[in-house]
Amino acid sequence: MALISRDDVAHVARLARLDLTEAELDQFAGQLAAVLEHAADVAALDTAGVPPTAHPFELVNVLRDDVAGPCLDRDEVLAMAPAAEDGRFRVPRILGEAP
Amino acid sequence: MTEWEMVVGLEVHCELATATKLFCACPNAFGDEPNTNVCPVCLGLPGSLPVLNRHAVELAMRVGLALHCSVEPSIFHRKNYFYPDMPKDYQISQYDEPLNVGGRLDLPDGTRVGVTRAHLEEDTGKTTHVGGGGGRIHGADHSLVDYNRAGVPLVEIVSEPDIRSAEQAKAYVNELRAILVAIGASDARMEEGSLRIDANVSMRRAGAEVYGTRAEIKNLNSVRSLGRALEYEVRRQVGRLEAGEAVVQETRHWNEDEGRTSSMRSKEEAYDYRYFPEPDLVALAPSAEWLAGVRAVLPVLPSERRVDLARVAGVAETDAAVAAVVQQGLDGLVTAAVGAGADGRLALNRAANELAHATPPDAGAFAKVLRMEADGRLTATQAKGVLAELVSAGGDPEAIAAAKGFEALEGDVVAGAVDAAIAAHPGEWERYAGGEAKLAGFFVGKVMAATAGKADGKAVTALLRERLAGR
Ligand SMILES: [Zn+2]
Repeated sequence: MALISRDDVAHVARLARLDLTEAELDQFAGQLAAVLEHAADVAALDTAGVPPTAHPFELVNVLRDDVAGPCLDRDEVLAMAPAAEDGRFRVPRILGEAP
Repeated sequence: MTEWEMVVGLEVHCELATATKLFCACPNAFGDEPNTNVCPVCLGLPGSLPVLNRHAVELAMRVGLALHCSVEPSIFHRKNYFYPDMPKDYQISQYDEPLNVGGRLDLPDGTRVGVTRAHLEEDTGKTTHVGGGGGRIHGADHSLVDYNRAGVPLVEIVSEPDIRSAEQAKAYVNELRAILVAIGASDARMEEGSLRIDANVSMRRAGAEVYGTRAEIKNLNSVRSLGRALEYEVRRQVGRLEAGEAVVQETRHWNEDEGRTSSMRSKEEAYDYRYFPEPDLVALAPSAEWLAGVRAVLPVLPSERRVDLARVAGVAETDAAVAAVVQQGLDGLVTAAVGAGADGRLALNRAANELAHATPPDAGAFAKVLRMEADGRLTATQAKGVLAELVSAGGDPEAIAAAKGFEALEGDVVAGAVDAAIAAHPGEWERYAGGEAKLAGFFVGKVMAATAGKADGKAVTALLRERLAGR
């Protein structure tokens, strides 16, 4: 049983704005299925009584003080961008409001 | 057919008053030159790592405690989307394990709105659309982005769908703003975007248990816009429902100039944000000691101040003057004046109506004016005049009253003026006696003119009734 369909891969690729060829869809469907099979091995373990965790570390509350530090030079920053105007990043026409 | 009932839940985004951003040391400042408060972290440059701002967490905890939430262990998630307002292509937010859950907000009118959650997240950059009309997206040629705001700490406060009117929605936002300012969490300036509101609105028949389909309204930039947008949306949704059409679940944009909402996306694509735990941040788990420390710095909240003030003034907590006085921060003055012998109700009303937006006068002097009014040494009008002078120039109330020539008239002087006015206007007097009650104002005016405004309006009205009864 395939853990991930070709359509699933196409959907995820669309969400990630990746333009995959037909051959790549087949290739990644196969590779991702292997990854998911590995995850399924873990899922087969009895984890009753093991609390879910979002992180491998025991560490909590890693914080910094609210003290301002240096920022980057604007000219240097904007020089990295494909286009700039009026001290701001210039981006292509946006099709809708922010989600 | 039963009436329609409006069901509203609000999402309020509030920028926290920290010195720096949520995950980096860039200044959190409004109005600076574009892209001057940016660094590798908030620009999403490769290899940079976020570190959480302790003060932002504490301010968010203050918000939670002030809203009677339970402060819980929480984690951060990445909310993935492609839009140039976030250079990382994701926003770090809290998703299924937020910092604050299950609170409430008590409004001045005695109603209560549940608070589902209040979570921490980072703000996005600011986009400006160029080439379209009035900076709008429609017809724009390209957009410009300023990342100074990207990464600024926000608390998103989500209410339960407990709000039933535009007035209640406005009262909720006003009360929330007062709390946020009181606890030092935010300056809550809507005109600068430090407080932003989205409204979820649906309609149902009064008494129905099930909610109707809701629309989410964005771009509400003032409390007034919120009220107008809700009133418009009610008319729109009821119009559709009564015409047998369905309300579409969608996001709608409020246009302040046109006074209407419009659908924001033609092809409604359900967003799939692919939330997953932020691997670069560890969990937040406030200890009891840490929480106690945060709780200790919380000031007395507006709702508690209203309870205290109502008790001091001897009126109901839901009295409109109580809310007004607390909102203007004059409750301390009223309490002190009552302590100095002023009447509670009078102190409350004079503070609410005569001292709004003014520099508060000395409590002792304020109390003295109120005592002079209560003793009948000043009429209501004269007392207001003395208060105005006290606020603008200061001084001793007795001296101000004397300088203005405000000396209480002997009772027989007023009575004489009343009799003279009746004698001079027999026609009006007959009509007044015949039931034209509004002519009382005419005679009060005549007596005021004759006494240079020194007579007490209430005393004149009482004398007129006496003369009427004695005819
Ligand atoms: Zn930064």
